[in-house]
Amino acid sequence: MRTLRYLIQKEFIQIFRNKAILPMMTVMPIIQLLLLSNAASNEVKEVNIVVVDKDFSESSRLLNRKIEANKRFHVIAATYNNKEASNYLQANQADIVLEVPHDFEKDYLRGERPKLQMLINAINGQNATVGSGYLNAIIASFNGEIMPVKSIKDLQKTQINISSRNWYNPELNYKHFMAPGILAELTALLTIVLSAMNVVRERELGTIEQINVTPIKKWQFIVGKLVPFLCVGMGLLTVGLLVSKVAFNIPIEGNIALIFGYAIFNLVAVLGLGLLISNFAETQQQAIFVAFFFIMIFVLMCGLFTPIESMPKWAQYLTIPNPLAHIISVSRKVLMKGSGFWDIRWEFIYTIALAIVFNTLAIWSYRKQV
Amino acid sequence: MKENIIIKVENLTKQFGNFTAVDAISFNVKKGEIFGFLGANGAGKTTAIKMLIGLSKPTHGKGSVAGFDISTQAEEIKKNIGYMSQKFSLYNDLTVVENIRFFGGVYGLSRKRIKERTESILNELDLTSVAKKTVAGLPSGWKQRLAFAISMVHDPEIVFMDEPTGGVDPKVRRQFWETIYRVAEQGKTVFVTTHYMDEAEYCDRVSIMVDGRMDAYDTPINLKTKLNANSMDEVFLKLAR
Repeated sequence: MRTLRYLIQKEFIQIFRNKAILPMMTVMPIIQLLLLSNAASNEVKEVNIVVVDKDFSESSRLLNRKIEANKRFHVIAATYNNKEASNYLQANQADIVLEVPHDFEKDYLRGERPKLQMLINAINGQNATVGSGYLNAIIASFNGEIMPVKSIKDLQKTQINISSRNWYNPELNYKHFMAPGILAELTALLTIVLSAMNVVRERELGTIEQINVTPIKKWQFIVGKLVPFLCVGMGLLTVGLLVSKVAFNIPIEGNIALIFGYAIFNLVAVLGLGLLISNFAETQQQAIFVAFFFIMIFVLMCGLFTPIESMPKWAQYLTIPNPLAHIISVSRKVLMKGSGFWDIRWEFIYTIALAIVFNTLAIWSYRKQV
Repeated sequence: MKENIIIKVENLTKQFGNFTAVDAISFNVKKGEIFGFLGANGAGKTTAIKMLIGLSKPTHGKGSVAGFDISTQAEEIKKNIGYMSQKFSLYNDLTVVENIRFFGGVYGLSRKRIKERTESILNELDLTSVAKKTVAGLPSGWKQRLAFAISMVHDPEIVFMDEPTGGVDPKVRRQFWETIYRVAEQGKTVFVTTHYMDEAEYCDRVSIMVDGRMDAYDTPINLKTKLNANSMDEVFLKLAR
């Protein structure tokens, strides 16, 4: 145990003496947190639409006005010409072309179910689905409004009144959703990079040779590396939570101690992987490249930008060994929903298993003798 | 006089793929001896020394250091030896005192013992004025001497030095050898590799490695007589040819 104390002390001295690490651990994450939470938005705020009104009736104008009145829609042109409308799509200026056919109103009043046509620019799939969803909602409400003209009796019979409320994020504040996720991601990423570069750096400098001729135990060496970076990671998480609270006023519904308690296991898992990478790398460049390989997969498959539930089944299983997916899930559940320990037990179980596996491998793969 | 042998090596071999870096070398080192391990650059000295100190596993052959088997008891050996590598390997971003404390701690010395050792090293090497400076800023001669002192921090039986005088000026080289003599007088065994043949003269016994094989192994005087040479330089050139 005494040996371990000296190892940890030495690592801390080196961390605090390194002019690059401290700003990297404080300023960089804060900037990223502020920037990404504000900018990396999946919300579809502006949909450019071209309306081709071939009917030119009272009803079609009403529909047109309803679209114009919606803040998310921006009618960039109104035309009678299909060719002109599709040119807007071609030029990427329009997201949706809505065509109102001849005799729209007439057919409607006859009860013949007229057809509206929507042409959607689906290069950005999300924009397309969300945009057409908005437009569908507008058309549905338009439909509902002009229906009573026909018969009050019908209305009572057919219409279901849907009222919805957004739980856990009532105002649908995107930052409340993104900030905890980005924070969790940053904490995990920085610690994986720092740990992946650490052991290999000692190898490059040659200092590891002096360590390897001492009777130090392999687990002592790994734990001696783990503990200081764990502290750095927890510090980072604290700073990040404070910044998120101050800057975005993120909700903290659950027990904050639960987040910190979980983060300890998560960071141990992530650091174990970093040290494992470091053991196999010959140079710091190699370590960084391998770390990036994992980082790319972890980030794109962690549920931060795309929900895990909408991934194919096999990909959903692949998120189980992804520590990032678990920390993002935990931070969102606890912060926004106020989940307790029992609600996040699976995240705990998976993460502890990962921590054990990664660290055992790290200890095993650290070679004092080649 | 069997217990007097502290390093015993038989047919020690290390192969990397098809390349044989160390080719079946055998030798003994006696307790308290200054043993010179000589050879040209690339002759396999460092590879051989790494097998003795437990950093590298032998491909064939066997050996024991301080009574422990080099293939199976490497960690026991490490408790009893000091090692100063060819490449400076203290922490440049730690101060002199922090380096001594760290390595003392890793070797399991008590806090009191670390304090004593720190004071004696600072005094002996005259480093008190720079005790709180990071090692990076020290002149290379001082760094080498500090590295040597730290390799001895836990008072080991044997100290292995790989090219300790590489790249230092003649004055520091002289100082270095004075320190080596002082250590040997205390009954420690010194195992030193070098390619300066004049330094070979200071050793009790030497071995000369050429292309992974050990071509000569005796006292410097005997070697010179055997090969009819005036200096170790001549001995070396005759063998290397």
